[in-house]
Amino acid sequence: MPVDIDIAHVARLARLDLTDEELEMYRDQLGLILDHAARVQELEGDPLVEGAHNLGLESVYRDDVVRPSLDRDEVFAVAPEVRDGYFVTPPALET
Amino acid sequence: MTGRDGWEPVIGIEVHVELNTESKMFCGCAVDFGAASNTLTCPVCLALPGALPVPNRKAIEHIMAIGLALNCEVSPRSVFHRKNYFYADLPKNYQISQFDVPVCTGGHLEVEVEGEVRTIGIERAHMEEDTGKSSHVGEGGRIHDASATLLDFNRSGVPLVEIVSKPDIRSAAEARAYAQELRAVVAELGVSDARLEEGSLRFDANVSVRPSGTEALGTKVEIKNMNSFRSLERAIEFEIDRQIGVLDSGGGITQETRHWDEESGVTRSMRTKEGSSDYRYFTEPDLVPMVFDSDWVDKVRSGLPELPASRRARYGTLGLDTAQSGVLSAMVPSLRQLFDESVAAGGPSGPVANWVTGEIAGYLKRTGSETPQVTGSQLAELVAMAEQGDLSSSAAKEVLEGVLSGEGDPRQVAEARDLIQVSDKGVLAEAVARVLDANPEAVEGFRNGEGKVLGYLVGQVMRETKGRADPRLVNEILRETITG
Amino acid sequence: MSTPTIAEAGRMLRAGQITAVELTEQTLGVAHLTESQIHAYLTIDRDKALEAAGQADADLADGIDRGPMHGVPVALKDNMCTRGMETTASSQILAGWVPPYDATVVARLREAGAVIIGKTNLDEFAMGSSTENSAYGTTYNPWDISRIPGGSSGGSAAAVSVGSALGALGSDTGGSIRQPASLTGIVGLKPTYGSVSRYGLIAFASSLDQIGPLTRTVEDNALMLESIWGHDPMDATSYPGVYPEVRADLDKGVEGLRVGVVKEFAGEGYEPDVESAVTGMVDRLRQAGAEIVEVSLPSFKLALSAYYLIAPAEASANLARFDGIRYGLRVPGDTTEALMARTRAEGFGPEVTRRILLGTYALSAGYYDAFYGQAQKVRAAIVAELAAVYRDVDVLVSPTSPTVAFEAGARTADPLAMYLSDICTIPADLSGDPAISVPIGLDRQGLPIGFQVMAPSLGERMLFQVAAEVERLAGFKARPEIEVVAR
Repeated sequence: MPVDIDIAHVARLARLDLTDEELEMYRDQLGLILDHAARVQELEGDPLVEGAHNLGLESVYRDDVVRPSLDRDEVFAVAPEVRDGYFVTPPALET
Repeated sequence: MTGRDGWEPVIGIEVHVELNTESKMFCGCAVDFGAASNTLTCPVCLALPGALPVPNRKAIEHIMAIGLALNCEVSPRSVFHRKNYFYADLPKNYQISQFDVPVCTGGHLEVEVEGEVRTIGIERAHMEEDTGKSSHVGEGGRIHDASATLLDFNRSGVPLVEIVSKPDIRSAAEARAYAQELRAVVAELGVSDARLEEGSLRFDANVSVRPSGTEALGTKVEIKNMNSFRSLERAIEFEIDRQIGVLDSGGGITQETRHWDEESGVTRSMRTKEGSSDYRYFTEPDLVPMVFDSDWVDKVRSGLPELPASRRARYGTLGLDTAQSGVLSAMVPSLRQLFDESVAAGGPSGPVANWVTGEIAGYLKRTGSETPQVTGSQLAELVAMAEQGDLSSSAAKEVLEGVLSGEGDPRQVAEARDLIQVSDKGVLAEAVARVLDANPEAVEGFRNGEGKVLGYLVGQVMRETKGRADPRLVNEILRETITG
Repeated sequence: MSTPTIAEAGRMLRAGQITAVELTEQTLGVAHLTESQIHAYLTIDRDKALEAAGQADADLADGIDRGPMHGVPVALKDNMCTRGMETTASSQILAGWVPPYDATVVARLREAGAVIIGKTNLDEFAMGSSTENSAYGTTYNPWDISRIPGGSSGGSAAAVSVGSALGALGSDTGGSIRQPASLTGIVGLKPTYGSVSRYGLIAFASSLDQIGPLTRTVEDNALMLESIWGHDPMDATSYPGVYPEVRADLDKGVEGLRVGVVKEFAGEGYEPDVESAVTGMVDRLRQAGAEIVEVSLPSFKLALSAYYLIAPAEASANLARFDGIRYGLRVPGDTTEALMARTRAEGFGPEVTRRILLGTYALSAGYYDAFYGQAQKVRAAIVAELAAVYRDVDVLVSPTSPTVAFEAGARTADPLAMYLSDICTIPADLSGDPAISVPIGLDRQGLPIGFQVMAPSLGERMLFQVAAEVERLAGFKARPEIEVVAR
């Protein structure tokens, strides 16, 4: 199948603010890679059982036990912006 | 209001139930809504690089219980998926949720609306994790003119169960009844605090309308931000009218998400970028499949408490009417237990229910206590005494107070306080004779047709017996004596 | 350069011929002399290393012996979280980030008494096969500093190869341990998926990522593996059962074993020197008593294509958390959306951006079935074919890489050419099985050639048995000689 790529849409989904030149470059590169990757479509068969683990692990849980949380000062020490016990970002465009 | 003739609303409800586990869904941070902001975080729920989720077994048992209570099937095998979208309060920028193989599928819930029972289908119940909390600060204090967003990740990763109904709901009142019933169920199961005001239950509604008598579904609109049963009902009412109005005037409905504005009582379109909701679900590779063998499912099933609907049905078979059943069913467990024990001890169900939901519930509320200090057999005895006329209604209340404050069994209390009603006809006849002798004019007046003096005479007899006479009997004896 | 192996160091330490502090000083000395040309490390923490070495000496003096890694200077790929030590995954987006926690493997190495020298360079977020995709510069191959060391664990491989660490940890998603091990003449193992905890490993593709050791010898590799693997309750994919005794059969040879030679891994694209070295080793294995069987796994031809859909798809989600809100780089914006999009555009390098776009596309509405869905079918076919083959043979062998180390810059302009570097290593990642690369010789330019041995999941005991024999048969003792220029 010919690979058609709405690269601007993909970049928006991936939250990447790319220039038009970058978008064009990535679209071309993705086209080449996807042409190669599209070979997977040659195979007919059953998909992997969803979520199957190579060692057959199933139903792995932890007990409902509280463990210590991180110290907030340590968390905030590497945060870009904090205020009064909160992380801060500019307002969201979408709500 | 626009007329609704010719239109049928079709409504589906999605309910998010926050579970009340000790720790979060995928990490050991405590679930505690009172903690200082951002003090309940760890590499996992803050999505630090390298952190991995491990599911909480208790949360999984809770969703199984919810599913079984809603008559769902627990899937033999279920997997988690990643739901990808960017949002500041979603630390990984994907939510661990479920997609095509949820834990629970295909159930139903019976709800009562205006005395009629309706069965609402349940599409599915799936396990996911909550986001952090954003608060928007700015001049107007409203989302659209916020100048900054403050983020608290204490809630990030709290276990959530999303319960999706089928589009079986046909009115706002039904939607409300469904939501209330669901709340009653999760409260009964004890899996959630079930407090709407704290956001432990959150509702989204999908609303569309179609011409009455047709099958095809109209374009649906999703409504968000309803924080109470009342706002759920109001928002749906508004939306139904809005859609009918649009269609009646020849317009079309846009598939969109609308935000309920509680203050102005309208739904508003939310600004979303076109194409932004491609969630790119794929199997969560950090987790392995969940397998539910029948032993585990049976164990959870056998631990289920009696659910509101079956309890109400049972009350019905005991002779309570719908209203009584509903009120009693919503009482705290200690009161319902008292009812059951009292009926088992031979108490008549109707009067016992009235005492439990009236006087005793009121006493608990007044005193702030949780368990009434009265046994089922004591209550049965009290009710029997009242029913047999051994106690006047005010005396019975006094006896109850005495029992509740530990003075003994009802008869002991009644005797000690000298409250036993005099129902001995002989004793009462003597008192009546004394009163009639002392009031010849009144007797004369009654014979001349002045009916109201009878009340005066009854009062005199009650005084004579220090209020312990059975007024019905007194009345009877007076009439017989005067006219006899 | 006379950096000992881990096993030698252990004997010397316990015989009192050297102290852990002296060994650490010596290893730091090698780093000091070689780093200006190799650039294996992003961070070297001399003080902490010497402190840990001092503790190791004190412990040994007190009779506390923490086992084979006790007092051994090691390096960690910089995508493993180290509490209090910068961890960047070679990305601008994590510049200066200091984790508040240790990855499980790091905690285990510390408990085992290992001395952590520092953090090694990698392709950004482990995406690459040359260690050129690092925001902090390229690592060069000690065998020829105009060439790359392979990748993405190129820093770890170069450090062990040149002797600025006795062993190192890498991570393997599509070959990122084995391919650089092959290109630098050392031993690199990708253990069974689920046997080494991923907790604290900065995720690239969660269903494929696996941490493993890079060492000079097969025995060292087993020793280091034993110190890091085992069940970890913090990783839900971690195997809770019994683990194989990996050193039990190191001396047993290959007599009577059935060795499958993968037919698909030869021909076009394979350098003649690589092919003849591999064929030579297969002959020697036959002479040593192994039964050689040529096997065909047709789905291997599609493995690379499937990998370049599955790995980017998972990566597109794994890397979504880097958004400029809670840690790491932030590029300001008027709205949260703009801030995130700018931070990510500026913070990620071109290869990472390319793979995020690729993965996002492969998962997006309308393309999922044709790409991601089909890729999962290929993965299932590979698993099924391998299961069938392992009913007939004990292990599979092939070249680790179709080529020896290539010149820096040779493949940077052509992503597909770069991706082909992993053609032989990817199947074991897709199946979750263990695979090891053992050096077997040099090509005519004097560059190392690696030999890959693959085994079924949890088949590490036999994998090491065969690898040890390969090592003996190859008799590969050469070390890189680099002109030493002190910084």
